[in-house]
Amino acid sequence: MKEMSVIVKTLAKLLFPFTMMFGLYLVIHGHLTPGGGFQGGAVMASGLALMLVAYGRKRVVKKTGETILPLLGLVLFVLGSVEFSNFALGSHAEAVAFGPNAGALLTAGTIPVFSLGVGIEVLLGLGLILLMLAMGVEE
Amino acid sequence: MILYAAPMILIGLGLYAIMFKRNLIKIVIGVGLIGAGANLFFITLGYREGAVAPIFTMAPSTHMVLPMPQAAILTSIVIGVAITALMLSFAVNYYKSYGTLDSAKGRLKG
Amino acid sequence: MRYIALAALLVVLGFLLLGAAQLHPAGYPGKVLMDDYFINNAQEETGSNNVVTSIVFDYRGYDTLGEATVLFTAAVGVTMLFTRRRGK
Repeated sequence: MKEMSVIVKTLAKLLFPFTMMFGLYLVIHGHLTPGGGFQGGAVMASGLALMLVAYGRKRVVKKTGETILPLLGLVLFVLGSVEFSNFALGSHAEAVAFGPNAGALLTAGTIPVFSLGVGIEVLLGLGLILLMLAMGVEE
Repeated sequence: MILYAAPMILIGLGLYAIMFKRNLIKIVIGVGLIGAGANLFFITLGYREGAVAPIFTMAPSTHMVLPMPQAAILTSIVIGVAITALMLSFAVNYYKSYGTLDSAKGRLKG
Repeated sequence: MRYIALAALLVVLGFLLLGAAQLHPAGYPGKVLMDDYFINNAQEETGSNNVVTSIVFDYRGYDTLGEATVLFTAAVGVTMLFTRRRGK
């Protein structure tokens, strides 16, 4: 496959941190604004896809390594335990004013923890699918 | 009634792409179109006239649309992504075996 | 042969549009007791401002756990299709 030109590589390198930060913002503020775990995870995976298209598969694998799959299993186990503890202890909630208000970040109990786990798992799962498809296409 | 016609037209276009096209990638696009049409129809069922999104942060009023269909299609969209990923990996393996992406040229051998 | 398939597709599309024309008018759902309970009580029971997120992660948390498992299974399935066993 031909290499991408200098303009594409420079723009991808500049846009990558802003994309990841925007995805992390969507994940963390899931209980205040529209967003949540799945939406933020999909945005972060699209940032990874941008780097994969601009730089080729070999350089991206050198940065992330081949150890994505055990991390995915660990995140799924943490997710299950957070869900079980939320069910066993009752959902712990702080006081939030009733009706329309400007939201505060430290409310809503274990929902941000669950949302962060789902966001990481969606990023790793979609990233693994993209890397495996890129390995299968090249010949 | 106009609101319900758009998802039905999407489902019809997806069925046309599956039945009449021979390239494998176009068939995968047709399956994705049917999934998008079904999700759009499910969301349109939960619409209230003159209401806002169901979020309380700086909300203009408390007359809100139904939140339950929006929570149900989140799962459905993720399952559609999983189906598309597996179908695309099948297409890559088909290209490696037969050398072409035409679905009429590959037949079971032996 | 193609004309029979085209006629069948038009019959299915007509059936779908006829079914959509006989639903209730868009924008006025009937009695929705469950969604009214979610809108009225989600803020003091879960403490979050977003009703959809509180449904997905708190009231229906087990569905989200099952869906995370589906995504994990799809990633493992794609990995299995592209790995070839060497040797043996």
